[in-house]
Amino acid sequence: MLGYALWRFVLLRDVLAFKRMWWLFLSGFVEPVFYLFSIGIGLGALVNDVTTDQGMVISYAAFVAPAMLAASAMNGSIADTTYNFFAKLKFSKTYDTMLATPARPWDVAIGEILWSLIRGGVYSAIFFVVALAMGFVRSWWAVLAIPAALLIGAAFAGVGMWATTYMRSWKDFEFVTLVIQPMFLFSATFFPLAVYPESLQWLVKVMPLYHGVELQRGLLLGDMHGGLVVSVLYLVVLCALGLWGASRRISRLLLT
Amino acid sequence: MAPDLLLTARNLTKKFGDFTAVDGIDVEVRKGEAFGFLGPNGAGKSSTMRMVGAVSPVTSGELRIFGLDPETHAQQIKARLGNCPQKDLLDEELSVEENLWVYGRFFGLSKAEVRERATELLEFAQLTERRADKVEHLSGGMKRRLVIARSLINNPELLLLDEPTTGLDPQARHILWDRLFRLKRQGVTLIITTHYMDEAEQLCDRLVVMDKGAIAAEGSPKDLIARYSTREVVEVRFDADDHGAFADSLSGIGERMEVLPDRILLYADDGDAATAAIADRGIDTLSTLVRRSTLEDVFLHLTGRTLID
Amino acid sequence: MSEDLSSLSAEAPPAARHPGASRLSAGARRPLGWVERVGVLVAYHWVLFKRTFHGALVSRFLLPVLFLASMGLGVGSLVDESSGGVDGVPYLIYVVPGLVMVTAMNVGVGEATWPVMGFIKWNEFYRAMLHTPHRVLDVLLAHWVMIAFNVLISAGAFMVVAALFGGVDSWWSLLALPVAVLVGMAFATPLFVVGAKAANDSIYSAVFRLVITPLMLFSGAFFPIENLPFWMQPVAWATPLWHGVELGRAAFLGGPVPDLWAVHVGVLVAYTLVGAWFSVRAVRDRLVA
Repeated sequence: MLGYALWRFVLLRDVLAFKRMWWLFLSGFVEPVFYLFSIGIGLGALVNDVTTDQGMVISYAAFVAPAMLAASAMNGSIADTTYNFFAKLKFSKTYDTMLATPARPWDVAIGEILWSLIRGGVYSAIFFVVALAMGFVRSWWAVLAIPAALLIGAAFAGVGMWATTYMRSWKDFEFVTLVIQPMFLFSATFFPLAVYPESLQWLVKVMPLYHGVELQRGLLLGDMHGGLVVSVLYLVVLCALGLWGASRRISRLLLT
Repeated sequence: MAPDLLLTARNLTKKFGDFTAVDGIDVEVRKGEAFGFLGPNGAGKSSTMRMVGAVSPVTSGELRIFGLDPETHAQQIKARLGNCPQKDLLDEELSVEENLWVYGRFFGLSKAEVRERATELLEFAQLTERRADKVEHLSGGMKRRLVIARSLINNPELLLLDEPTTGLDPQARHILWDRLFRLKRQGVTLIITTHYMDEAEQLCDRLVVMDKGAIAAEGSPKDLIARYSTREVVEVRFDADDHGAFADSLSGIGERMEVLPDRILLYADDGDAATAAIADRGIDTLSTLVRRSTLEDVFLHLTGRTLID
Repeated sequence: MSEDLSSLSAEAPPAARHPGASRLSAGARRPLGWVERVGVLVAYHWVLFKRTFHGALVSRFLLPVLFLASMGLGVGSLVDESSGGVDGVPYLIYVVPGLVMVTAMNVGVGEATWPVMGFIKWNEFYRAMLHTPHRVLDVLLAHWVMIAFNVLISAGAFMVVAALFGGVDSWWSLLALPVAVLVGMAFATPLFVVGAKAANDSIYSAVFRLVITPLMLFSGAFFPIENLPFWMQPVAWATPLWHGVELGRAAFLGGPVPDLWAVHVGVLVAYTLVGAWFSVRAVRDRLVA
């Protein structure tokens, strides 16, 4: 069938393009690692132990590590589906060329999201190895940490791409910063939900990264509880919604 | 130095490492004339212009602009120059008139002076209606006119134009030439570089033909054509890939012949007579065209190459 | 507007019309003194500043405040609960001067990266400036003045917000402002060299990722560098941010003048001046060769 799985070529193009920039690609994993060492360990020396929202008492670094794993997945997929996607959409017109072939907008969306997942997955995997080496992985449930990271990445990739289709210029990317940075700082990443006043806790629980962090924390610490089902469902729904929205908007933008 | 000499260069040389961009040229430009550097890309024209604009140091030789040495008096020279570089160098985020204002202020002009001049120059550049628009929304021709208006903001005594119409469509070029012609009539001294022979013929009173960093010839367009070419040229084309094969059959017609990949040029004072001679020999051509000699022919004769390749 | 040839107007005015005006008249023109030269170039940056200011509000003002809330209040509550603060003060008070210096660094770096490459490589407006009676040094000095101003207002605005959060204890804190400007410049001037020499802007991603982020995290802004592994402490000593944080924290706490204040200031000044010297050379090589 003509047009079958043409997203492979979208993906291939990304792989080829990044071969030339591999160091930029690879070095993307360092940021969460730096945070783990700095805030988790350096500042953690002043914190001693933390009680998680599930009542587990652990070292501060062990508390921060799963959160940084979730953040790695988010960072990796957001980079490709927002900034890089926008550059290709608006400036290099990569997709116009691609759609002159039998590839459909759906192929573009799938190809780009898969690429971003590869990136998010690589970052998460490297981070996971670091966390494992430092003893922050406490349970066999952690074998699910990488699949969970891919789920987190996919949730952010679809939504990120969808949002990017509405961007008019680079200036609009301030909004990306405006959404990602607060999420990074406040999704129970550096301190548990209990620190917040009751009235603010629901706001944190709405943020997708919070659910990613909860999921990874449960898996790495082996602290499985019913709330994780809600988190997984939240991320799956977000992922589906993002894919649906992104491919609809890409069709509208490119096939006019 | 004579008071009406705005520019003198003696053995002017510019080197970038081992590469000699300008190889010992001698040039004089007088007040009120339109002087041209004609040559292909890479002939050393822009390097010369950057030295004259006091933004690129002279490697060796002597250069005086307004009688001043650019090495020691760059600020004083630039205060009296208008510089219209090859790239627009506009701030595309600012509006048309803001570009003129900020540039005028760079010369230390007062706000009132800048605004008055900007109003006049927008009129001159036919941009008054676009004055409040962002530069990024202008066409290429409008941007060029804005750059020329900007270079006039300090009321320069000498205007440098580096490839002023490169990249413009024919209509935009004609509008620009018209503006430059007006400047010339008002007595602004112009120095123009170009690789378009029609531009050099239209605008320049006097020019030098530059090739590989050196001057190949100097004079008015008319002089140069008279000296290095015939009055007319016959362009002969054959239905063949190799025009060189026909050179022998045409020899003796006209004064001189140039064989190009796609045509043969026959230089003759009487083109029609030459065409008739070709017909008399019974040679089967695809087309023959009689035209006047241009500076392109001068360049071809001097260097054996065409201006645009 | 019509670009038809027939519509060209006949009256064209730009020949000499200002015989009396000093800088428009024929012959030698009154030269600009260096203050005037830098001043007219700063005026241009001021036009740009007014135009782009609102676009930078999020990264300039909001992000530091978010860090303040997350680290100062959130993590701070854990620190205070567990060790009663740092160096005898609540964590919020401890971290605010660190964040002032981090803000100064980020603004200095932000202004000295993409905008500089724009002026040198993209719209090449530095070249346009050099076609007017200005030297490379004038062009760069004017840009630095504007960056210093940017750092000053960003650090100042952050301090006002921090004071509202209860993170400022003493009027001596105001002394941190000139230090913040020095920190911003110590990062900004060396980065001009990168802008003049780099082939494209992908280098900046690496600078942020591999230099700026680790500096922010490991230069004593969030915790004493004594908590770092011993081999990392000398690295912190070599960075401008640590010296700025030390001076800023002393100012904020209103305590005694740090013994090594002259060293701290000296390091910041040295970074700024050495960076300035090399950047003048690099920009000259690039634009007036």
